[in-house]
Amino acid sequence: MPTKTRSHEAHDLPFWRKYIFSTDHKVIGIQYAITGLLFLLFGFGLIMLIRWQLAYPAKPLPWIGHLFHQKTMIGGIMLPEFYNQLGAMHGTIMVFLGVVPLAVGGFGNFLVPLQIGAPDMAFPKLNMISYWVYFIGGVVMFASFFLPDGAAQSGWTSYAPLSIITTGQTAWLLGMVFLITSSLLGAVNFLTTIIQLRTEGLTFFRLPFFVWAQFVTSFLLLLAFPPLEAAAVFQLMDRLADTSFFMPSGLVVSGKVLEVSGGGNPILWQHLFWFLAHPEVYVLVLPAMGIVAEIIACNTRKPLYGYNSLVGSVLFIGFMSFIVWAHHMFLTNMGTKMSAFFQITTMIISIPSIIILTMLILSLWGGSIRFTVPMLFAAAFLPMFGIGGLTGLPLGLAASDIHLHDTYYVIGHFHYVVAPGTLFALFAGVYHWYPKATGRKLSEFLGKVHFWLSFPLINGIFMPMFLQGLAGVSRRLYDPNQFLHGQPIQPLNVFISYCAWGLALAQIPFIINFFGSLIWGKKVDANPWHATTLEWAAPSPPPHGNFLEPVTAYRDPYEYSVPGREKDFWPQHLED
Amino acid sequence: MRRPYRQNKMSSLIKHITKPHPITGVTNAKLGTWLFLASEVMLFGGLFSAYILLRLGSLNWPHGWELLNVPLATFNTMVLITSSVTMVLSWAAIAGGDLKKYRRFMGITILLGIVFLIAKSFEYAAKFGHHIYPKTNIFYAIYFTLTGLHGLHVFGGVLVNAYFLFPGLALWREEPVQFVNRVECAGLYWHFVDLVWIFLFPTLYLL
Amino acid sequence: MEEIKYGWWLPPDISTHGWEIDRLIYIIHGVMLVLFVGWIFFYIDALIRFRARPGHKAQYKIDHFKLPKIAEVGVALFEAVLLIAFSFPVFYKVRNAEAMPARGEALEVRVIAEQFAWNFHYPGGDSLFGKTAPELVSAVNPVGLDVNDPAGKDDLVMINQFHIPVNKPVIAHLSSKDVIHSFFIPVMRVKQDVIPGMVVPTWFQAKQTGNFEISCAQLCGLGHYRMRGFFTVDSEEDFKKWFDENKPVPPAPEPAAGETETQPVVAVAQAAPAPAAVTTTEGLPGVDPGEPASAH
Repeated sequence: MPTKTRSHEAHDLPFWRKYIFSTDHKVIGIQYAITGLLFLLFGFGLIMLIRWQLAYPAKPLPWIGHLFHQKTMIGGIMLPEFYNQLGAMHGTIMVFLGVVPLAVGGFGNFLVPLQIGAPDMAFPKLNMISYWVYFIGGVVMFASFFLPDGAAQSGWTSYAPLSIITTGQTAWLLGMVFLITSSLLGAVNFLTTIIQLRTEGLTFFRLPFFVWAQFVTSFLLLLAFPPLEAAAVFQLMDRLADTSFFMPSGLVVSGKVLEVSGGGNPILWQHLFWFLAHPEVYVLVLPAMGIVAEIIACNTRKPLYGYNSLVGSVLFIGFMSFIVWAHHMFLTNMGTKMSAFFQITTMIISIPSIIILTMLILSLWGGSIRFTVPMLFAAAFLPMFGIGGLTGLPLGLAASDIHLHDTYYVIGHFHYVVAPGTLFALFAGVYHWYPKATGRKLSEFLGKVHFWLSFPLINGIFMPMFLQGLAGVSRRLYDPNQFLHGQPIQPLNVFISYCAWGLALAQIPFIINFFGSLIWGKKVDANPWHATTLEWAAPSPPPHGNFLEPVTAYRDPYEYSVPGREKDFWPQHLED
Repeated sequence: MRRPYRQNKMSSLIKHITKPHPITGVTNAKLGTWLFLASEVMLFGGLFSAYILLRLGSLNWPHGWELLNVPLATFNTMVLITSSVTMVLSWAAIAGGDLKKYRRFMGITILLGIVFLIAKSFEYAAKFGHHIYPKTNIFYAIYFTLTGLHGLHVFGGVLVNAYFLFPGLALWREEPVQFVNRVECAGLYWHFVDLVWIFLFPTLYLL
Repeated sequence: MEEIKYGWWLPPDISTHGWEIDRLIYIIHGVMLVLFVGWIFFYIDALIRFRARPGHKAQYKIDHFKLPKIAEVGVALFEAVLLIAFSFPVFYKVRNAEAMPARGEALEVRVIAEQFAWNFHYPGGDSLFGKTAPELVSAVNPVGLDVNDPAGKDDLVMINQFHIPVNKPVIAHLSSKDVIHSFFIPVMRVKQDVIPGMVVPTWFQAKQTGNFEISCAQLCGLGHYRMRGFFTVDSEEDFKKWFDENKPVPPAPEPAAGETETQPVVAVAQAAPAPAAVTTTEGLPGVDPGEPASAH
């Protein structure tokens, strides 16, 4: 029976046990974060290549085009197969190898035990295994580019039968099995930790909203991923064992009747895939909302507005997210009754999202807003997520979806939520918690440069896509000029591409800041932002075991500007 | 001296490893096991949903008993149910401190699991011998996949149980309460695997 | 016929039902814009009004806002109206079997997608589709038409050339030979996924003649970007002319003793709901995809 938490010497572990195969949630969190950031950069790089092809179809890529293998580019001119590979892998990498590992594996792992006053996760060894299984999955995905037939090229959605008869898919499926396993193990860990290891006095309704968000996110990962694992097994069987789970009878490919037993159903894949993939998008956004909530409370110097509504909404979103999936499938010969059901649930799920957004905006009212770099990114998140959410409306209604389905409108919609949405929130989180993790502050100046360049450029990339979508330009087109209806609006593609390349350059200040501040960043104490939640009670960086003395939570998480008190913040762990 | 369970002092700081949480009433491992089982329910739920969709969409789905070895599968069902019983008995034994009895019943549980897998392999071999493979048609595809995945889970359970019979027994000497809890968790998993089979058997073989 | 002009906004609409889709798009975007602009004004006002500055303190508790609750309810009601008054009726009209034009009134065409072309199979004067089978597919016979089937003797099969008469409803029976495609005619506001193993009916009616295009709207492989079909809306006479110019010369009938006319007995079955685009191949006796119920 543990008597007290105490600063806990990292008992002379060898380097590889302390920093490589560590079971400390903070080390694992940083491992996830750095790996996630690297994959984000790589996934971004893939889209840089795509943007060249979209802006200047079939023109040789300057400077680096000749470096590419003959199977991908000939004389620097991209081949359709490589374009499709870039598209499929960009989506896969950004979602599964970039955002989720950073948001959940990185921020979640690092912060949740600290914010609940625990010394570590409930299952530290399982935590370590989760990271390395993710790492292996990442290696498999990355390596798939270098296989003889290249990487997956059937979209991150891998629709059958295309994904069954096209190359590159087996590696993708194997990689997904690893990634799904990693997420499942992680989810078990998060949920057990939050339920069991909250410190004395920390009831559920005194939890920081970030922890609530991670809690719901983990439920989504736990329950939504397994059907995709089942589907991946089916697709692997179809590819490797010649089964026909997703292959109907009578297929004729390239003039030859396909020798399969038939009797399968391509729509089965879509149902199993989207059953995960819809909750997955909430996995992408909920941690971001959690991060933004923390940063808003801290930088407005007042409690969040409507904490109970926020909690109720996030729980409701979690539940609803399981029953909206087929709004991705409105055009698959769905009957009117089924489409009515999914349209209704889709409209309903917009309500809690709007409530969360509203509560966060109202949290500004009456505050004293410090425009630190985290606050800039967090403040940008709100309208960006708003645009993303609003543009979901015409997609969620089956009638308007008839015109907009699988066009650039969809790409604009989801990127607004994930790119200037979640990614900005993640940047905000990096700037906010970097001092806690490293003991040093990031440069405010470089941070502001990073923000003020990224914000207009990222809007320049995704806002025009709505116009393209309304004009009927479809997704995943290697050459957007082949269809007449896309030709007049082609100049937008050039504009978007330059914004994208500009955005890439705009990340350089961030990269320099991130690594440089480890050496020259201003050293800070435990609570440089004067925040109230429990992670700021631990030293910066926290030692093994996190807290010097066991912490007790005495009050709500956002007691800022309490009347009658000298300081404008009242930390959760201080008795008085 | 090698002490595999004390290498990380963190385990002495983390609460509720052996003592249940006052409100939830469970230890961490037990809660974690239940959560894991919830995800497994979703996994097999996905598989069963696929079965339902494919069967509803077909004109001429055969009856399981026409194509599959019902007697052998019935035998396997008995084997698995019995193994669940012996699993409980092994846990009850170790909870009561009786190491010998624990060893005996855990050993029988493992053996029964292996018997299940051997019977399964005979079943598969017989099919392959008649040139019946997953690719033969969609019925066999779903039959092999569902029973194959279940078999993998049985195999995993056998490995876990074997661990707790041999190397894992070291924990019994140092942290008996934690060991008993772990055996209970292994038992939960084993019961789940049995339960899945109890759904699988009638669905595939009898309907 | 004038050339179609595409631009930076919605494509021109020449269909009878497209205006309803466009109307829904306009309404949503109009309200979205109003909401967003109003919201941004409030937002920027808050950011400025409550910025940290000397002498300014944050308020621990503020009065409860009533507006958000009203706004929430308003948004929920707005969504309900969009659903019930706009989206449900349009989707019903386009997708529901009962809303389809009656068999006799409409021109029926089978559209068979493949990597990377659109095949169009017209039933000809007898309004019956000839039998097709996957085994019969070849370079000269892209839909696998059975030449011995009398119902198919007057059928017309065209590759990437889709003509329809103006002001007449058309029912397109969509299917695919290989992977999932999506039949998209921007000017008709028609988009429907084309799924192998299924025959999906969709209907539309053009109210203007002209030359337009069909594109594929679901990733279908390497040639997805160039899966372009030529879509022409003809006047009634021009359509007949085009059909007569292109229909195949029936092959010389097999010399069958004493027979002058083959009875289209089998043809009756062909007129039933699903023109057989797909027949069962080997495999499980009788386990075939059949017609997935529209409950999917």
